[in-house]
Amino acid sequence: MNKEYLKFVIVGHVDHGKSSLIGRLLFDTKSIPQDKIDEVKTVCEALGKDFEFSYLLDYLTEEREKNITIETTQTFFKTKKRDYVIIDAPGHKEFLKNMITGSSLAEAAILIVDANEGIKEQTKRHAYLLNLLNLKQIIVVINKMDLVDYKEERFKEVEQNLINHLNKLDLKPNYIIPISARNGDNIATKGDNLNWFNGPSVLDALDSFNNQFQKENLPLRLPIQDVYEDIVVGRIESGQIEKNQEIIILPANTVNTVKAIKKWKTELNLASQGHSIGLNLDNNQGKRGQIICAKDDLPQVVTKFKATLFWMSNIEASENDKFSLKIVTQEQEVVIKKIHTLMDSSSLELIDGKTIKETYIANVEFESNKPLVIDDYTCIPEMGRFVLTSNENVVAGGIIT
Amino acid sequence: MDHLDELENKSIYIIREAYHEFKDLGLLWSIGKDSTTLLWLCMKAFFGKLPFPVIHIDTTFKFPEMYEFRDRYTKELGLNLIIGKNEEALARGINYQDTDTFECTHLLKTVALKQTIDKYGFKAILLGIRRDEHGIRAKERYFSPRNKDFKWNYNDQPAELWDQYKSKIKEDVHLRVHPLLHWTELDIWEYIKRENIPVNKLYFAKDGFRYRSLGCRPITKPIKSEADTIDKIIEEIRTTKEAERAGRLQDKEQANTMEKLRSLGYM
Repeated sequence: MNKEYLKFVIVGHVDHGKSSLIGRLLFDTKSIPQDKIDEVKTVCEALGKDFEFSYLLDYLTEEREKNITIETTQTFFKTKKRDYVIIDAPGHKEFLKNMITGSSLAEAAILIVDANEGIKEQTKRHAYLLNLLNLKQIIVVINKMDLVDYKEERFKEVEQNLINHLNKLDLKPNYIIPISARNGDNIATKGDNLNWFNGPSVLDALDSFNNQFQKENLPLRLPIQDVYEDIVVGRIESGQIEKNQEIIILPANTVNTVKAIKKWKTELNLASQGHSIGLNLDNNQGKRGQIICAKDDLPQVVTKFKATLFWMSNIEASENDKFSLKIVTQEQEVVIKKIHTLMDSSSLELIDGKTIKETYIANVEFESNKPLVIDDYTCIPEMGRFVLTSNENVVAGGIIT
Repeated sequence: MDHLDELENKSIYIIREAYHEFKDLGLLWSIGKDSTTLLWLCMKAFFGKLPFPVIHIDTTFKFPEMYEFRDRYTKELGLNLIIGKNEEALARGINYQDTDTFECTHLLKTVALKQTIDKYGFKAILLGIRRDEHGIRAKERYFSPRNKDFKWNYNDQPAELWDQYKSKIKEDVHLRVHPLLHWTELDIWEYIKRENIPVNKLYFAKDGFRYRSLGCRPITKPIKSEADTIDKIIEEIRTTKEAERAGRLQDKEQANTMEKLRSLGYM
């Protein structure tokens, strides 16, 4: 059974219609059990409101009252082609970390823009983050076309503004589609209201995307997660490992031979990317935080490195502040030696000053006492991205540049 | 790597992260299909030797078939089983007939779990909940902190990205860890089929009815079904329009019962 499965995130400014679009996608693909529809109908009636598609997702009482999505929500639907997981990311400024949590799981993205309001602060911020998170399969939907009488001129106007802005980010959407989530135009099928539009419906556009395929021919990177007696365990982040292969453990720099590759009740001759496995090694057991690597294609071992940070916390940071950095199973204390540039993630304008604040993007230089094992983010993303924590909480995500 | 492999390997990674950070770890086993699948994944993660106990919160109102199943597989898999009961409430004669469902569930499940966590000093609990089960569960993280009153502050959850999970907690907090969060009901049954995982016979149709979700006997109703094999169950789930927990009366009384139960610490 080789089921296809694509995870995508829906982002955009608050009230531009994310939850309504999800509700409509679920409804049109007949993915909602009748009793959930009934439950939502009951609630809407009790609140004296018309039935709203967004309520199909927003079950929390609080959300119903405030009409906003609080948390990253995940839900499922399927087309003839494959199954989908939708990650709904909330639009309020203070919930940026949830948007990033959601987007970090996604293989594709829909950026939603209100045809009436056009580009807003969150539209820009989310677009910037999609680019930073390296999402390459992007659909922009111009929603609420019903509110602008389905006028092609208005669509063209918003489309042009968007293209101008996204060009600055070097972000190229695969599709820009006019829709009405409320009325179902261009969601599952193309409606008469938008017959001037020649592009695909949202579902057709999604179906045209690729699953995040396993990258082939990458060198072995297997971060050690733990050691159980004589078994070293971990997940292969890239490449593959074979029985009797000679490997090198970094940063210790010790060479070992793989005696056995283990799973419960079975042994393997070969294991590849994504597999959580156990290993028997011939000497030196290794420990958590070390990286098992291919001997002929090594990562970098560094104590100084540059990175781009996106700050998600109200705890501020300055030069010489210390944080804990987590990258795969490595955890290391690091110091921000230098803050090179600060940028507002919404306006994309450079900010003067030396204090990193919530929603800022910062280019910095780190130093650590002990060596870290890293790779280029664009080549092996898992080995080039990290989180920073302070007092047990994640304060920032980062990419090694 | 196929879809089920992907789910399995991610779950094993999360289970091992939880055990690395918290040696005072326990697995909450409700005897249902999800937590039994989770138990199976834990056996895989630790090569058949579970290094932590399995906890059954026993309301004493479960189906006889569930107790049989529990005792049989505790023995077969060599589990260290802890049975947690709210002895005080049971001694008072609390039951589903004379107490309202919400109160009874609260006393016999949530309070019993609190007592068990305190008694054994668990710092983290593995649970088999899934995002697709109920709207409120869609909002969970893989590692989800609860304060000493079991409160879940869903407005202020930790950021969780790139498989970096909240690993350190304050003294008076414990963590709920959800390795099956990304699975669906259909995934669970397809995996049970592939792995040949033992499941309770109550899930299979008898005389035109089967249980799709198992809870306490007085508040769990069977659904109409002819699905008496795993293949038929898979086919039924593929085509149904009914929600999985439709037979669980505790969810029904008001639209936000599940939310209320959850914020009070019910799993």
